[in-house]
Amino acid sequence: MSLNLEEVARIALLSRIELSAAECETTRDQLNGILGFIEQLQAVDTTSIEPMAHAVDVVQRLRPDVVTETDRRADFQAVAPETEAGLYLVPRVVE
Amino acid sequence: MSDLINSSLRALSVALAAKKVSAVELATLFLDRIEKFNPALNAFITLDRNKTLAQARAADEVRRVGAGTPALTGIPLAHKDIFCTKGWRTTCGSKMLANFVSPYDAHVVEKLAGAGMVTLGKLNMDEFAMGSSNETSYFGPVKNPWDASCVPGGSSGGSAAAIAARLAPAATGTDTGGSIRQPAALCGLTGLKPTYGVVSRYGMIAFASSLDQAGPMAKSAEDCALLLSAMAGFDARDSTSLERPAEDYSRDLEQPLAGLRIGLPQEFFGEGMDADVRAAVETALDEYRKLGAITVEVQLPNSGLSVPAYYVIAPAEASSNLSRFDGVRYGYRAPEYSDLTEMYSRSRAQGFGAEVKRRILIGTYVLSHGYYDAYYLQAQKIRRLIAADFQEAFKNCDVIMGPTSPSVAFAFGAKSADPVQMYLSDIYTISTNLAGLPGMSLPCGFGNNNMPVGLQVIGNWFGEAKMLNVAHQYQKITDWHTRMPRLAGAAQ
Repeated sequence: MSLNLEEVARIALLSRIELSAAECETTRDQLNGILGFIEQLQAVDTTSIEPMAHAVDVVQRLRPDVVTETDRRADFQAVAPETEAGLYLVPRVVE
Repeated sequence: MSDLINSSLRALSVALAAKKVSAVELATLFLDRIEKFNPALNAFITLDRNKTLAQARAADEVRRVGAGTPALTGIPLAHKDIFCTKGWRTTCGSKMLANFVSPYDAHVVEKLAGAGMVTLGKLNMDEFAMGSSNETSYFGPVKNPWDASCVPGGSSGGSAAAIAARLAPAATGTDTGGSIRQPAALCGLTGLKPTYGVVSRYGMIAFASSLDQAGPMAKSAEDCALLLSAMAGFDARDSTSLERPAEDYSRDLEQPLAGLRIGLPQEFFGEGMDADVRAAVETALDEYRKLGAITVEVQLPNSGLSVPAYYVIAPAEASSNLSRFDGVRYGYRAPEYSDLTEMYSRSRAQGFGAEVKRRILIGTYVLSHGYYDAYYLQAQKIRRLIAADFQEAFKNCDVIMGPTSPSVAFAFGAKSADPVQMYLSDIYTISTNLAGLPGMSLPCGFGNNNMPVGLQVIGNWFGEAKMLNVAHQYQKITDWHTRMPRLAGAAQ
């Protein structure tokens, strides 16, 4: 499996990372190098092996359904690039 | 005063308790060394003398009041810049967070502050902990104090260099695929990655959540035991934090090693390990035999698959975790864009470095429609095979030993052009992260160019106290962990 420029551009879009045309070429070569390296996984017979998603088998804890968080909006918005009246500002998405 | 820079944490604690030195004097001693030596090493990203001294004065006050003072009160340490620290900049080694000041403390930071430890500053690291050489940091590479033309290892390279140069007596680190153990090995230190879930990940900036674990880095196993006892503990804010009774990780340090069964995986002693590393590790194993341990051969037949499996799983998790950096709520935002998508993709293109972008792209690809089963699911199945190998091996041994890194510290630029070559420098450390097992590295001699070699000790789940015991007994009969590099410009 090796990626072409079109596929690299699609992955970059899915990743929301802008790549210039020149970057697409070097990225393609580097990603193909890494994919070539991980290709060896395909040769392993894993029939009937359960996938292991996590290092330890734990179940999610439940807690009483009560409010535990305090309102720290001002603290959290202090580190935002752009806010106004308690809202995060982004470019207009609906005309 | 100058002997204090090479003292154990216990000795520092005794000196503080006996009023031979104050926390302010101790903090000043290390801050002055940082001022003098850090410009050449680049181990620290952020320093704040006033904050440090304020914490030290508070520690002195706690000691003055007396009774029941925690042993670590007044001892300085520095934090890897992946840990959120309220009021201090937390950059994670990235332009993305170059101006980020966290509104809260990580659990580990809270715990160590609660134990009275004084923060010296924030330590340099590979960007978002992705790297094995510290060359991916936005703030420039860290130099290895043993040889400034060599890397300190990564990603906790700033932590390792700071302790090796005696700019800090101890530091925090994190380990996703070897990021505590490999730099500890390359800088001649002792570092421990605990069992997954022992230390809370709250406030530790996420890279690959099923693998990330924080741990102590210091000169000796005895120091690491004290630090881990203060760092570990249940925290409801991390959904994978384990509810276990508190442990005193120093409790077994003095146990004799007679009869200890050390498993030697033949896969860790094959081709790929440099001869100088092999010689130092073999000599260390002889020392263990003198201590009464017996060595047995064990097999980890799937360990060769750990690096490729890791480079599916870790990027997959990273691509998901790092999607939070969108230029909206915190972090870098590109100055120019015409719509929302462009704002996201330019902010991320400009805010992330090359290695981080590569891993996000690989992760996005292996999780994308049509490729998920072939890559991600297959890697998770192989992860189970790797974890099962360890359980089979631990039927015949108490701990596993081998090299931490296949070579001593390499020169800057030696591996940075080829990502896969860089990935292979973690070949002996990655499998323990996949299995969730504790692993540590301790200095066991010097190899080519007089650079430190690390011995890796791997334990079974929750085997930290045993591993620290195993390391401590070795450190009682060797002095590798007390050796310090000669720094340029030092009077020594």
